[in-house]
Amino acid sequence: MTMSDHTMKAFDTDLQDLSRMVAEMGGLAEKQVADSVDALATRDTALAQRVSSADANIDALQREIEERAVLIIARRQPMAVDLREVVGALRLANDLERIGDLAKNIAKRVMALNGEFPPPKLIRGVEHMTDLVLQQMKLVLDAYGGRDISKAMAVWRGDEEIDAVCTSVFRELLTYMMEDPRNITFCIHLMFCAKNIERMGDHATNIAETVHYIIEGHPIADQRPKGDTTTIAALRTG
Amino acid sequence: MPLYRGKVTAFIGPSGCGKSTLLRILNRMYDLYPNQRATGHVTLDSANILSPSQDLNLLRAKVGMVFQKPTPFPMTIFENIAFGIRLYERLTKSELEDRVRHALERAALWDEVKDKLGANGLSLSGGQQQRLCIARTVAVRPEVILFDEPCSALDPISTAKIEELIDELKDDYTIAIVTHNMQQAARVSDFTAFMYLGELVEFGETTRIFTTPNDRRTQDYITGRFG
Repeated sequence: MTMSDHTMKAFDTDLQDLSRMVAEMGGLAEKQVADSVDALATRDTALAQRVSSADANIDALQREIEERAVLIIARRQPMAVDLREVVGALRLANDLERIGDLAKNIAKRVMALNGEFPPPKLIRGVEHMTDLVLQQMKLVLDAYGGRDISKAMAVWRGDEEIDAVCTSVFRELLTYMMEDPRNITFCIHLMFCAKNIERMGDHATNIAETVHYIIEGHPIADQRPKGDTTTIAALRTG
Repeated sequence: MPLYRGKVTAFIGPSGCGKSTLLRILNRMYDLYPNQRATGHVTLDSANILSPSQDLNLLRAKVGMVFQKPTPFPMTIFENIAFGIRLYERLTKSELEDRVRHALERAALWDEVKDKLGANGLSLSGGQQQRLCIARTVAVRPEVILFDEPCSALDPISTAKIEELIDELKDDYTIAIVTHNMQQAARVSDFTAFMYLGELVEFGETTRIFTTPNDRRTQDYITGRFG
């Protein structure tokens, strides 16, 4: 979507800066997600520590984006698509900050496991979910960068798969916990990690909805596809 | 394009787009100039006001106008209001006083001038003069009030008072306002018409026009990408 420039060049610069900061925040969030699950899979508590500390950078970016957005509203009185861009940036910063928090939470659990790590095969489900989420994040940040509605819609529809894997991870962990109570501690941590990643997927979908709003000017009309049954997960034995 | 009763319709567009010209058709001010004419229909109360059989004085009482530069008569404040009323109606002294008072109250000016109705209209401040003009318009009981850039010559506080006044007046009148201040159009109006090069490009609810306009030219104009 090409648009002519504002007569006031500084307005263009303001909006471009805002967009750039959101993209930067997106990149940081992607790295945090990848690193946190990496730390879990490779049992790297040092990496986990770094992930935990690095979350402060994401928070700082969100504050900066909010400040800039408010300044743009005060100084430029943005209208129509410009206004949607500013509101969109605020929403995106919010979702990305939450993704960062969820990654930090995973990193903290890695440190909390304190050497009592789950067997690798259990982590595979979580890793699979993470791959899917990272794909969604990359696609949705591309959608935002290129203001590409078809990519946004692809992300919006893609969340079901993540939800489905999460449900199956939950089932697997429940069996493990029932088999042997000594498994409970790390299984609980893993469940939380899986839930966190599923939430990251939801935030990616939120971002897709916001990108749609920025471009089209109204929310997506349909119902969001849902595949997550973990809130009603009751294991059927036998 | 409709002008809805009880609503404010704003006309916006770049300089020279024709918005003031259009406004002046609505009370046939072009008739005052020898080489100007209008074709088509403008319907008020089921009558085409462009028709030669339209009584112009009656029209201009029904359709009042407030201009960019305040234009009080060089008379007392009281006379400014009474003058127009006397042209159309025969009232007793006390009826006239009531009407003048009511008009000044309606224009949110009464409290400021009630003790100096005998003072010259030109002795008031710019914002007060403009409200005097609004009172004068309202005094002859119009159905429609046209505002042509009413706040361009005023400071921000006077502007805010006039905008508040327009908000109060719209309950009883049909209001059209031409403004080059987009934020004012967004604040004050219920409907907005965007004009460009003499044509109506887009018309719709103000909330929609300023958030999701249909036409690219409308969007370019309101976001400051014109020029």
